[in-house]
Amino acid sequence: MTCTDFLKQLTDYFDGQVEPELLAEVQTHVRECHHCEVVLDTTRQTISIYREHEIYEFPAELRERLHAAIMKKCTGAR
Amino acid sequence: MARAKKGDTAAFEQLVRQYERQIFRVAQHITQNREDAEDITQDAFLKAYEKLDQFQGNSKFSTWLVRIAVNESLMRLRKRKTSKIVSMDQDVQTEDGSIPRDFAEWRPNPEQLYGQHELGDILRKTISGAASRLPHCLTLRDVENFSTEETAEALGLSVPAVKSRLLRARLQCASGSVATSGRKAGGRYRDLHRFSQAAYRLLRRPGGT
Repeated sequence: MTCTDFLKQLTDYFDGQVEPELLAEVQTHVRECHHCEVVLDTTRQTISIYREHEIYEFPAELRERLHAAIMKKCTGAR
Repeated sequence: MARAKKGDTAAFEQLVRQYERQIFRVAQHITQNREDAEDITQDAFLKAYEKLDQFQGNSKFSTWLVRIAVNESLMRLRKRKTSKIVSMDQDVQTEDGSIPRDFAEWRPNPEQLYGQHELGDILRKTISGAASRLPHCLTLRDVENFSTEETAEALGLSVPAVKSRLLRARLQCASGSVATSGRKAGGRYRDLHRFSQAAYRLLRRPGGT
């Protein structure tokens, strides 16, 4: 497996959708290729931080105001 | 859902409670404007309410709702004639064909990162700075935790197109995140930056992955 082949599998790898035989090749490549190991590790950390990160605040006051406005619009539309 | 479809307002209100935060976040990601995001969230739920009987249940309700919100958000952007915002998902047309749009420089400057050699810290700072310019596919897949298939459905894209865009975006984020640290730390992260840049160039070729 080349580094290009590895990259082509990266999205499916994170989705857990790589077929077992190909997965073994990916894992072997990552063990043997320092660059791809670092790419895999850093990309995994990046995704993990995105998922933990609260990018926009959603304070209770905004939530209540927005919720009331939504329900007013919807019930008024009936 | 069944009760809401029959016109039970209390049941619909439960759905609103469950998804209003997510819809607001998606709208704010795309429009980068809180007031617009509030309006879009209201309009998206109103449309969903009015069309609830058309929801077939072939996809998750959240995916269907997010698709409505994405469409409303994109329409709002199109109406902003003076807007300087350009979708990062939109390819650039050149004489040599279509190529992915380059991200703007969004990394914090080296001074801001001075003394921050820990990769996690650097990633956090970079992500904060990049949040306003994330491609929609990355927002839905990695921030909202949609599956790749749900992301494709919500954005009206094919699954291979989402995979391709995700790969480019993730590699560029990972590469950008460590670029500054690489200059300081050398070794491991310098290698990564060099490799990621090469990978990104490879992926930018028309017809690439």
